[in-house]
Amino acid sequence: MTFTIDPSRSLARSILLIRVVTIAGLFCLWEALRLSGFFYEGVLPSTLAVASAIGRELADRSFYQDLGITMLETLVGFCFGSLIGIAAAVGLGVNSYARKMIEPYIIAIGGTPKIIFLPILFLIFGLGIESKMAKAAMSAFFPVVLSCTSGFVQIPPVLLRVGRSFDLTRWQMIRKIYLPAMTNPLLTGLRLGMAMAIIGVLAAEVAYANAGLGFRLMRDADQFRIPSVYAIIILIFAISSAINFAISKLQDRLNRHDKRRGVDSMEIGAAKLLGAD
Amino acid sequence: MQMTLVRTIATRAEGRRRAHYLAPQVAGLLMLAGLLCLLEIAVRYDIIPRTVVARPSDAIAGLVSLENRVDLVSGFFITFGETAAAMLLELVVAVPFGLFLFSRRQFGLAYSGWLAGLFAAPIFLLYPLFLVIFGRNVLTLIIMGFLPGVLPLILQVEQGFLGVPRTLINVGRSFGVTRWQSFRKIMIPAAAPAIFTGFRLALIYTLINIVSVEYLIDIGGLGRIVADRYARFDISGTYTTIIAVTAVSVLFNWIIGQIERRVRPI
Repeated sequence: MTFTIDPSRSLARSILLIRVVTIAGLFCLWEALRLSGFFYEGVLPSTLAVASAIGRELADRSFYQDLGITMLETLVGFCFGSLIGIAAAVGLGVNSYARKMIEPYIIAIGGTPKIIFLPILFLIFGLGIESKMAKAAMSAFFPVVLSCTSGFVQIPPVLLRVGRSFDLTRWQMIRKIYLPAMTNPLLTGLRLGMAMAIIGVLAAEVAYANAGLGFRLMRDADQFRIPSVYAIIILIFAISSAINFAISKLQDRLNRHDKRRGVDSMEIGAAKLLGAD
Repeated sequence: MQMTLVRTIATRAEGRRRAHYLAPQVAGLLMLAGLLCLLEIAVRYDIIPRTVVARPSDAIAGLVSLENRVDLVSGFFITFGETAAAMLLELVVAVPFGLFLFSRRQFGLAYSGWLAGLFAAPIFLLYPLFLVIFGRNVLTLIIMGFLPGVLPLILQVEQGFLGVPRTLINVGRSFGVTRWQSFRKIMIPAAAPAIFTGFRLALIYTLINIVSVEYLIDIGGLGRIVADRYARFDISGTYTTIIAVTAVSVLFNWIIGQIERRVRPI
């Protein structure tokens, strides 16, 4: 009788062990720092206090109201921003002259801290949820347009030649060749656009709002309810990570036959910075 | 018939020449100028209220005012100093840690996903906590710049070393190089492009987060200037500073791009 060790299983086990030990280590470090007296009292609450604050937040109806407002602002803004971004990318992708003319401006503004445009958005759209939606649209627009335009440029020329040899019209070229060939850059752009839209909305809520998760965080911070601040931050991180993970999984599923995807995302992301927020 | 054909071809060629007569960069500048003129007219004739949008001529004229220039130059140097300090800290932490994640693969596999997830999270939200811990000072801004910047740098250092082609390492072995020589002469040059990309990403994210937190807590350099003008409800001044901060940011990105182009070995 012989025993064989599956190397992938042993690797998975050691990864799990590392993660568990790391989490336990972080807990211990946290508690040690708390008890050390190095920080002001109350700045580092016990992990138990943070856990119970998370429980309290999850049991509180108003948390879901704030979450709903933040999600509404994010989704509406994301839809507007990404639709405009896709339309602009199609226009820039089809017309190389227009791309050379406009793309430098998009890249330039895409790399600036968009929070400085908040005063303009507040002046135009007011201090209500409209300005947060506009901020989400603005944040989502840049990753989507830059990713999709890069996707357009990277379409293999052989596909374009095949389309032309079949005498396809411009609209048929867009529908049958451009759009299917750029599914992956589009999804990469949408994933980053969604992440940026969430960040954009939260930044606007933190700056000025009377509802939403950003407002909730600042209210608790101003009232020095530190365990709740930690709890809200942890919950926001968890929600944004879950959304990002879900879109990544969707992207993997839609692109399971596309071996270029890793390279594409890396190249696009690295080269254009995709409109960091 | 032949003449018509020749004329058609000539007209098309003329059209093509006309289409390319202007360089796209010049056409882009003209388009921008045209849009600003339209906006100027719209604001001047109250089609767009002046309480919402400043006249472009006023906003641009504000750039040459001495008070604004002094404020912007000092703001630029403050933000630049904070960014440089955060970047230094990032390099000290990210390079050894990225190398560790590359050399100990179990750790790399265990932590990379976490780091990538954290990179997509709104890290700037931690600033109220750092305000309480470190106070309302430059240290908070540096830490807030460090955190979002260190993550892409760690990941790119790890990815850079992972992407070194096996063939290069084997060629080194066939020449009997030592481990240190292999690292210095093969691994580092081959991983450099990815590390530079990480450096650029880190720099941009650091700058963006520092400006964001400056805006939100109203201290520091460029971000504070925008918040200050808006708080005074100085519409024209707000637009002036937004244009200036955008220009500084574009200039900063351009300088980084130029440095990268010169320094990048491959």
